[in-house]
Amino acid sequence: MTNATPTETRDTRTYLTGFVLALILTAIPFALVYFELVSRGVAIAAIAILALIQVVVHLRFFLHIDFKRTPKENLLAMAFAGFLIIVMVGGSLLIMFDLHYRMMVM
Amino acid sequence: MSETPAPSAAGVLAEAAEEKVEEKALGFWIYLMTDAVIFALLFATYIVLSFGTAGGPTGKDLFSLPHTFGETMLLLFSSATFGMATVSMLAGARGRVLVWLAVTVVLGLGFVAMEIQEFSGMIAQDAGPDRSGFLTAFFTLVGTHGLHVSVGLICILVMIGQVMTKGLTGPVTSRLFRLGLFWHFLDIVWIGIFSVVYLPGVLA
Repeated sequence: MTNATPTETRDTRTYLTGFVLALILTAIPFALVYFELVSRGVAIAAIAILALIQVVVHLRFFLHIDFKRTPKENLLAMAFAGFLIIVMVGGSLLIMFDLHYRMMVM
Repeated sequence: MSETPAPSAAGVLAEAAEEKVEEKALGFWIYLMTDAVIFALLFATYIVLSFGTAGGPTGKDLFSLPHTFGETMLLLFSSATFGMATVSMLAGARGRVLVWLAVTVVLGLGFVAMEIQEFSGMIAQDAGPDRSGFLTAFFTLVGTHGLHVSVGLICILVMIGQVMTKGLTGPVTSRLFRLGLFWHFLDIVWIGIFSVVYLPGVLA
């Protein structure tokens, strides 16, 4: 196979787009921290937002999650896992930091 | 009903095989979601314990940003090369599949080597998992990810063997597709690790 088919070109472009976006979304937070460009609070917020965007980029371009074409069962499983993660991680952090706050020596 | 062709045995078998592949893809996807829950809880554990340094070294003392950036690049490049292997697989180009998978293995081995170097360096300066709650959580979270990458590498080597001996048959392509999902998934977990562990650790 020497000549690329149209599908092949399109798929290659999808992976490359995802790769370039991921590179940019990785470089920004590392640069912010490495060169100490912004204050701590701003840096943490930027890292969190850029990480969430990059997760979406990976899901879209590498794992090919698409609300139209991905089977409904897969999306449902993902939504359920997301729900579990929010409840368990959010709940654990809420309880532990609340406990930490209440145990502080006043 | 004479217009519709009678179902041939081969056609029925092919249809059943297709269904099996879809079932396996869904089953594997559910496994990935359960793995995501495991990692999410290890992240929660890390965030809670990250303040418990017990007077020992903190993330700022231990983490090297250029080192982490190198690991991140190796994993991201390996995700892209696995993507190219998938594209070659869909095009039926067996030789190119093997080349891209081999490149993925090299990049993945580089990642694991860098991680082992980092871990052994930390243990050598008395910052092993037994030093503090922070380090226990760190080694558990990052180590679990590293273990996943190592298992993924073994699976890629097995698939290289299968592509070489069996060619790009139906079962082989379906396995390779699921392995690709696993590999890309591990890269997503790594985004979480550098965003939750390394970058805030260096900032603190």
